[in-house]
Amino acid sequence: MMTKPSRYSAFSLLRHGIGHSGWPRAWRSHPLKPSYDVVIIGGGVHGLAAAYYLAVNHGIRDVAVLDKSYLGSGGSGRNTAILRSNYLTPEGVRFYDRSMRLYRHLASDLNFNVMFSRRGHLTLAHNDGSLRTMRWRAEVNKLQGVDSEVIGPGEIKKLVPHLDTSAGARYPILGALYHPPGGIIRHDAVVWGYARAADANGVHLHQDTEVTGIETRDGRVTGVRTTRGDISTPAVLNCTAGWSTLISDMAGVDLPVTTSPLQAAVTEPVRPFLDAVVVSGTLHVYVSQTDRGELVFGASVDPFTSYSMRGSLEFAEGLAGHVLELMPALSRMRLLRQWAGLCDMTPDFSPIMGPTPVDGFYVDVGWGTYGFKAGPVSGEAMADCIAHQRPPEIISAFGLDRFTEGRLVGEKGAAAVGH
Amino acid sequence: MIQLPCPWCGPRNASEFAHRGEVVPRPDVATASITEWRRYLYFRRNALGWVTETWYHAAGCRRFFTVERNTQTNEARLAPRPEPEPAPRSEDAR
Repeated sequence: MMTKPSRYSAFSLLRHGIGHSGWPRAWRSHPLKPSYDVVIIGGGVHGLAAAYYLAVNHGIRDVAVLDKSYLGSGGSGRNTAILRSNYLTPEGVRFYDRSMRLYRHLASDLNFNVMFSRRGHLTLAHNDGSLRTMRWRAEVNKLQGVDSEVIGPGEIKKLVPHLDTSAGARYPILGALYHPPGGIIRHDAVVWGYARAADANGVHLHQDTEVTGIETRDGRVTGVRTTRGDISTPAVLNCTAGWSTLISDMAGVDLPVTTSPLQAAVTEPVRPFLDAVVVSGTLHVYVSQTDRGELVFGASVDPFTSYSMRGSLEFAEGLAGHVLELMPALSRMRLLRQWAGLCDMTPDFSPIMGPTPVDGFYVDVGWGTYGFKAGPVSGEAMADCIAHQRPPEIISAFGLDRFTEGRLVGEKGAAAVGH
Repeated sequence: MIQLPCPWCGPRNASEFAHRGEVVPRPDVATASITEWRRYLYFRRNALGWVTETWYHAAGCRRFFTVERNTQTNEARLAPRPEPEPAPRSEDAR
């Protein structure tokens, strides 16, 4: 066991930067204890944020975060790192807006540079139907105090000169929902920042620790079996995204979730030319340029369920076609690599958060294609839910019981593709 | 690209097909309780490994059929019984 890592500062950066020696490890490794107050399964942004807020907001520090691989190896390191809060339902808008607020001062909260970059976010409308939905979303957003408005092709062209806004395009751009607070962030840094801050507050992070079973007695969670030993605990949180049904099955909890891969790709780096994040629901594509100059492309989920994370050539071909439809000038750019992440899709494109029929077994799953941008607020809300043993108001619409009671949340219009 | 064995057209690229989901027995509409019906509509096994599924050959013979597919590797083989159960309707067959 190592001593607690020191805080980062300009002075420590200078001291370690000269000669590149003595860089402290960001977090410690511990032996697996036989019992914890709370066990969180899944070491991505949701699980780590929940651990951090349990320790910081509620003083619950006897917490373990387990991951079968390295921290951030799942969706947290595979998403396209876009942040926005311009959703369609008031519940959705309130929730993501809280996440954006947390993201904005995350770097100082965590003492870690998460490289948030406010770029402005454009969701393009290529037909009258989507333009109408954009106006609806803009009004819902304004009512909730979120900066969002519909703009025309002229203004779009000023923001993104490389877009083909001509009327003769195959899918002409009629307008866009413009959301100035949207932007991008370094997703690995968010994971590492939460991990480091959770560790500094006493949370134990266990990588390469796969859960093999969940013990229950009389409808209550009593422990977790792992590849490194058994843990007894009264509270377990499932934050495992694409693998969430496999974990819930161990506790005997059924979920309305299916797993599908979502593929993304990145190009070689070029000089900065694209400031805004550009999304087209019709063309199933979103484009942003990273601080390093690479273009990051994402898509919608593959059209069938699968746990396979192999990329496909047909995806790269289809993606390239759609990107060139929007920005013909990119025809000579080369793709560097493509990858896939697993998305846990729900019937109403909204998450499932809160308690389950098994006492002490909590879920924070069903995030589908948009879990990363909700990481901080989900962690905060789930920590509150576990500490007080009931869901806080901000996630009350997202309970598992909505599927048996017929209270689905209609977020498909804004969450199915829109990143 | 992965291929699926259509019983009428032979092996074809997956992009010709629409996925309808795992074969699940449909409750009797006349007698099912609302809870049973909602479970049928929304809840899925989402198994890792071999599952028996209904697919629709949308860009081919336009017929439903049943395959066994491994959700870990996407390897697919024709299920022993080619006649499908009625397809679940809640799945979004985009």
